[in-house]
Amino acid sequence: MTDYADSAPATPPTAPAGLVSGALRMGDYWLTVLARTWKGGVITTFVTPFFYVLALGVLLGEFVEADPATLEGADSYLAFVAPGMVAAHAMTIAFSEMTYPVYGMVKWQRIYFSMIASPLTASHIVLAQLGFLMLRTLFACGVFLLVLAPFGVFETWWGVLTAWLVQGLVVLAFGTPVLLFSLSIKGEESFALIFRLGMIPLTLFSGTFFPVANLGPVLEKVAMASPLWQGVNLTRMLALGEIDWALAAVHVGYLGLLAGVCWWLAVRRLGERLVS
Amino acid sequence: MISARGLRKSFGDFEAVRGIDVSVRPGVAFGFLGPNGAGKSSTMRMICCVSPPSGGELRVFGMDPAKDGPKIKARLGVCPQEDTLDVELNVYDNLFVYGRYFGLPRAEVKGRIEELLDFVQLTDKAKAKVDDLSGGMKRRLTIARSLINRPEILVLDEPTTGLDPQARHVIWDRLFRLKQAGVTLLLTTHYMDEAEQLCDELVVMDQGRIVAHGTPLGLIQQHSTREVAELRFGVGEHEALAAKVEDLAERVEVLPDRLLLYSDDGEAVIEAVHSRDLSPVATLVRRSSLEDVFLHLTGRTLVD
Repeated sequence: MTDYADSAPATPPTAPAGLVSGALRMGDYWLTVLARTWKGGVITTFVTPFFYVLALGVLLGEFVEADPATLEGADSYLAFVAPGMVAAHAMTIAFSEMTYPVYGMVKWQRIYFSMIASPLTASHIVLAQLGFLMLRTLFACGVFLLVLAPFGVFETWWGVLTAWLVQGLVVLAFGTPVLLFSLSIKGEESFALIFRLGMIPLTLFSGTFFPVANLGPVLEKVAMASPLWQGVNLTRMLALGEIDWALAAVHVGYLGLLAGVCWWLAVRRLGERLVS
Repeated sequence: MISARGLRKSFGDFEAVRGIDVSVRPGVAFGFLGPNGAGKSSTMRMICCVSPPSGGELRVFGMDPAKDGPKIKARLGVCPQEDTLDVELNVYDNLFVYGRYFGLPRAEVKGRIEELLDFVQLTDKAKAKVDDLSGGMKRRLTIARSLINRPEILVLDEPTTGLDPQARHVIWDRLFRLKQAGVTLLLTTHYMDEAEQLCDELVVMDQGRIVAHGTPLGLIQQHSTREVAELRFGVGEHEALAAKVEDLAERVEVLPDRLLLYSDDGEAVIEAVHSRDLSPVATLVRRSSLEDVFLHLTGRTLVD
């Protein structure tokens, strides 16, 4: 057994020079987490999208004989529902990654407290966590789009590419408010609330499975105010090549503003939880 | 290394730390002794830059924690009261990811992990899940993690609370080696034996204030006698019997379960007690400890 050996030449430990360099120091943490959890994610990433497309898009879609004029430019129900499911998939990942795992890092294992004892700050921690969420979502949605490709639902390659990239914004628009929520709650039972009153109604009524016009004039406006409709409509426009650029800019602005404000608030909230 | 002047910490109306002065020199093992709620952990959190002081001045390595928190934290090792290990990662990965937070190159962290696992006797557990470790092993892993950046000051908040005696002695041995190697140790404890074993210098804290400061031996000499005679009578008799023996010692303390008679010759006190036809159920003569210092200064015991 050696004693407390301290003879080897050492790189002095330092404070990170900037926000990004600090967040990058957490890269190995998130890679380690990924190495531990990727097997469990295989089914949700590869198999679930295929099941959804098959069941809802293909098998259920056979019974949908809608006039293409009512399907926002889609040739078939499958082409209509597929982009919506991609955006809803991004939202679902945000909910699953930013609820219990975040709560555990504050309350159960208290890993955030070990992170803040190092030279890292709440800003670094949030950037690294959301960066990892975004990369993971882009991978999962990339797979989803690849699964959809053989069904012939996309119009142009660049449309699919931009629709894919947009999922990075969609996941942040949901990831940041859910992160803020998870950092603010007192008990885990509050999660039932945002799953039942948040995620499920959003998935069902934000234009993923049917055009929001079907909701009637009043509820249509309500649905259009939801972040998921903004994401679904943006994804659908890009995937179908039916782009209203002004509306697309509104969608990007809406999602970006939501993500930006909630990001800032989440950094503040995490700081309050860890430094008191 | 650390200096505090009039340092205060409040949480709303509650004043956890009420203006303390502390100065810690390099290479010293410095202890904060006191019961739960004395303000020890609040002081530690301020030094570790995770709790902004409410008043007074604090400098760590000559820097202000409010402005240079990350720079100070890069040079500190922190072993918190509760293990904040990632229980789903293995022992090795817990150390590896933590070393990276300090901006250390991967190869260097790997070399350091080997040294540290050896130092805390966990080499054969490197691939074990943290969940499968005993309480003492988790504590040793937390200490190893706090040493990953070769800290100039190692801060330990109640390092052996909740551990069995054997596990405590293993931790004490490791901390003693660190002390020998010249690492500045800063520790809080409510165990007097821990403070006596490890600390070169300590402050006794009570209700947010420092009530005494010195070396363990110096404090005992200053605030207590050489020996203590402990007398145990029947339940409820101690208060009444105290008056009958108070002239036999320099000082008498009444505890719910025993009387403590402070004298330089404990055996002589016991003999004198017996000569008065008093028959304690049990007697014990021992050396004075920091527990007695605390009792004298505050009128309360350390562990309630």
